[in-house]
Amino acid sequence: MYDLTSIYRAASVADAIAALERDPQAVVIAGGSDVLIKIREGKLAGCRLVSIHGLDAELAGVKVQDSGDLDIGPLTTFHNVTFDPLIRTHVPVLGEAADMAGGPQLRAVGTIGGNVCNGVTSADTASTLMAFGAQMHVQGPDGWRVVPIDDWYKGVGKVDLRPAELLCRIVIPKANFEGWTGHYIKYAQRNAMDIATLGVSCLVKLSADKTVCEDVRLAFGVAAPTPIRSHTAEDGVRGLTVAQAAEQIGDLALQDINPRTSWRASKEFRVQLVKELSGRALLEAARKGGAQV
Amino acid sequence: MMEILHCTVNGKPVEVGYDLRESLLDTLRDRLGLTSVKRGCEVGECGACTVLVDGVAIDSCIYLTAWCEGKHILTVEGLQGENGELNPIQKAFIEEAAVQCGFCTPGIIMSAVEIVGSGKQYTREELRKLISGHLCRCTGYQNILNAVERAVDECHKIVGK
Repeated sequence: MYDLTSIYRAASVADAIAALERDPQAVVIAGGSDVLIKIREGKLAGCRLVSIHGLDAELAGVKVQDSGDLDIGPLTTFHNVTFDPLIRTHVPVLGEAADMAGGPQLRAVGTIGGNVCNGVTSADTASTLMAFGAQMHVQGPDGWRVVPIDDWYKGVGKVDLRPAELLCRIVIPKANFEGWTGHYIKYAQRNAMDIATLGVSCLVKLSADKTVCEDVRLAFGVAAPTPIRSHTAEDGVRGLTVAQAAEQIGDLALQDINPRTSWRASKEFRVQLVKELSGRALLEAARKGGAQV
Repeated sequence: MMEILHCTVNGKPVEVGYDLRESLLDTLRDRLGLTSVKRGCEVGECGACTVLVDGVAIDSCIYLTAWCEGKHILTVEGLQGENGELNPIQKAFIEEAAVQCGFCTPGIIMSAVEIVGSGKQYTREELRKLISGHLCRCTGYQNILNAVERAVDECHKIVGK
């Protein structure tokens, strides 16, 4: 039995928003793999829930918009992100990242929207969505607004959701994935059922001859209180050969990160991971793009 | 906060009163007496409470009963044949001595049911990943993997005939 006070099962997005307007303190629950555990641990004890579980018709699934942008419903489970044909075609690295969260049963219920709405730095899909420059389409009592993911995170456990607002679409603009390949590395103590000690997602856009990094995007989880992009590293390696970029990107990234010591790992170890794994992720991303390195 | 749940459990229509605060684990174990569904970590880490909801393996400890209206739920109790004989997956676990204390076994068997039900064949490495949501503190997993591998093979043979 969970220590919760009430649960309102919303029949639609509009119904959920109305319920949240009536009770702004209520907690939104989707897959439950995060919220229920917080209740179990006592962190949300006694809370009132608004459940959007099962609103799949409105909020789940992946499609390509007329503009070519990729449109991901936030209620899409990790499993369905990983195995979605459009994800596999256009942004396979996002599916690979989603496949590293928890274990199979958790991935069957946990959602990509929940992963980015709980504001957690270690969220496996967050760094890749950050690298892709995803746009968070939010619906509330005043209608829709769009938040670039760069502005989404407001602090530990805090995201740019105002009272009674719901994340309703995650959109990756076509220009941000077309011609890019990516690789996500999760560093953890075990292969399943673990939280990232550090996560790094690197995207590259190679020159026609596959030797030069025309553009690079690098994002981290657990390298700061929230998922972050490393613009210093991106700017520093743009235009370099793949080998040069891989050698330099880790050191450059150190200027943008701010990891902490936790029981999982020390700050020093996380710094070492950023230095080491950034280059490896870039090399692998470039290989996926056809570079012979 | 009592409500009535209508769903199908192990092939039979069920109507059961439950508290809105209950997990599916609570309802299956404490109200329906399905004790194959084990109460383990209760935070979705150990997999001992795994059941199938509409054919998908989930941790019933972090799944609200309130979400189960109209769903089809399957537990180990629903696996036995008409005359009480064991399911081929259960037999594979016995043949491979994949059981020691037995606490994790029902959960892993339910994941194996999902794996077998997919109709696909898997490498050992893939199977390892597919059962990675379960913790076993006795066996060291080798016999469990053997059993899941055997279950997939045997069921394919049956289908093949």
